[in-house]
Amino acid sequence: MNKAMVRVENAGMSFDTKQGRFVALRDIDLTISEGEFVTLIGHSGCGKSTLLNLIAGLTLPTSGVLLCDGREIGGPGPERAVVFQNHSLLPWLTCFENVYLAVERVFAVKEGKPKLKARTEAALGMVHMDHAMHKYPHEISGGMKQRVGIARAFAMEPKILLMDEPFGALDALTRASLQDELLGVMEKTGATVVMVTHDVDEAVLLSDRVVMMTNGPAATVGEILTVRLERPRNRLALAHDRDFAEYRAALLEFLYQKQLRKAA
Amino acid sequence: MNAATLAVPPVADASPVRIVTMNGNPTPVPAAAEPAMPAESARASRQPLSRRLLPLFKVVVPPVVGIGLLIGIWAMVAMKGSIPGPAQTWQAAATLFADPFYSNGPNDQGIGWNVLSSLKRVGIGFGFAALVGIPLGFIIGRFAFMNSMVSPIISLLRPVSPLAWLPIGLLVFKQADPAATWTIFICSIWPMIINTAVGVQRVPQDYMNVARVLNLNEWKIVTKILFPSVLPYMLTGIRLSIGTAWLVIVAAEMLTGGVGIGFWVWDEWNNLKVEHIIIAIFVIGIVGLLLEQTLILIAKRFSYGNA
Repeated sequence: MNKAMVRVENAGMSFDTKQGRFVALRDIDLTISEGEFVTLIGHSGCGKSTLLNLIAGLTLPTSGVLLCDGREIGGPGPERAVVFQNHSLLPWLTCFENVYLAVERVFAVKEGKPKLKARTEAALGMVHMDHAMHKYPHEISGGMKQRVGIARAFAMEPKILLMDEPFGALDALTRASLQDELLGVMEKTGATVVMVTHDVDEAVLLSDRVVMMTNGPAATVGEILTVRLERPRNRLALAHDRDFAEYRAALLEFLYQKQLRKAA
Repeated sequence: MNAATLAVPPVADASPVRIVTMNGNPTPVPAAAEPAMPAESARASRQPLSRRLLPLFKVVVPPVVGIGLLIGIWAMVAMKGSIPGPAQTWQAAATLFADPFYSNGPNDQGIGWNVLSSLKRVGIGFGFAALVGIPLGFIIGRFAFMNSMVSPIISLLRPVSPLAWLPIGLLVFKQADPAATWTIFICSIWPMIINTAVGVQRVPQDYMNVARVLNLNEWKIVTKILFPSVLPYMLTGIRLSIGTAWLVIVAAEMLTGGVGIGFWVWDEWNNLKVEHIIIAIFVIGIVGLLLEQTLILIAKRFSYGNA
């Protein structure tokens, strides 16, 4: 086992609303190792995005503690890059400038402009966006925007990459090609990733471990599934793989039998 | 459910008919443009010309009719009363615009000089208003305390006619010219403060999250996120301000005198050259229109699609 990159210890999150105290998360204990790909899966409203935001530092827990590389997470920072669901590219900057903004922030202290440019171009090249790097976000498709979002996050060389349903807004085919892209990028970089998803296939295909969350309110970690599939993984080969089918079934069982939403 | 299934067959029937029309017609484009009337394929070849002219017709004809009507009514009113008619005004305009930039002392200058000095006053007053109003709008938008502090003051002062401030200006500056500029300043500042503040408050949380994750410093946040995001709101504020300023300058100049289109209107009234007043009305209207359109163009340049 590699060293722990992120430790979530007894974390809880509650909000004060007009109807009183709303407990979103309770008793979350989770350790994410270096180089590991962990997905958080659960029905909508189970607080998986809240947990991701806690790791990102965008919100702070109301109880418990979160550590990144041995230090308490007290706020957001570039060593925990976030890929947002709606890509969140700045519309007045080109794809290149969007990535450059992040690269500049992280590396400008010790590197000159040519190096920063090279980094930006390399990141965009990695997600195959080099042909459109000087276009503005509104000139490219949703899938391409998300590629740029991923490039921006990777370009920062974060200790951990946090992805909040990064492919949720994309159609199935685009989503598949971006998943393949992500698999390729991970092989090259060996990044540590935490990803929120509600897609069972996506979770099994990409993850080393799948964290299944119980339904909210007061959601917590239900089960953790360790996916022992060989890497590099191939989508087509896995389609007929028995282990893949069983992992998939285990997730479906949890989601649709043990945690079936009465309202849904 | 039933209605949907019933609706399908006619559509399916229509497509073979459309194919026949396309085959029977040497130019498939007009037929494709006319899916609703496949039976009239004989007339389809004559359709394109009128089709192409129709949009042009729709754009050009109504405004021409409108302006024609205006001139017609004007001519009728002129025949009955003491207002000079279109022809008379046109002649006066021709002589006036033959030499727009003459200068026979401060009280007798060409219409060009008058318009330019009004624009100069608007420019200076508006410029100062932008210098004060935009940063103030940023501060109000960014800090809730400032917002609650300044809001009642703005609510109290905004409805006041800018001309009410003119005597204060005269008192403080002891001169007519800066007093008029001061009036423009007062009337321009409110829309700029308010729109900038609203823009700052409406910066999408997503962009601020990006700033937080990247840990951008305050300078980068302002230049890379806040300012571009607020710019469209700011430009709306500027457009409203300029519009009001151009309204107010005429009235202010009537009161202060000097050189300027508003003063010129008053001067020509004293000279009883009513056709010049009518020309001035047109000139003021056209300049206002140009200002507005220029700012709309600038605003378009800075709107970033639906990204």
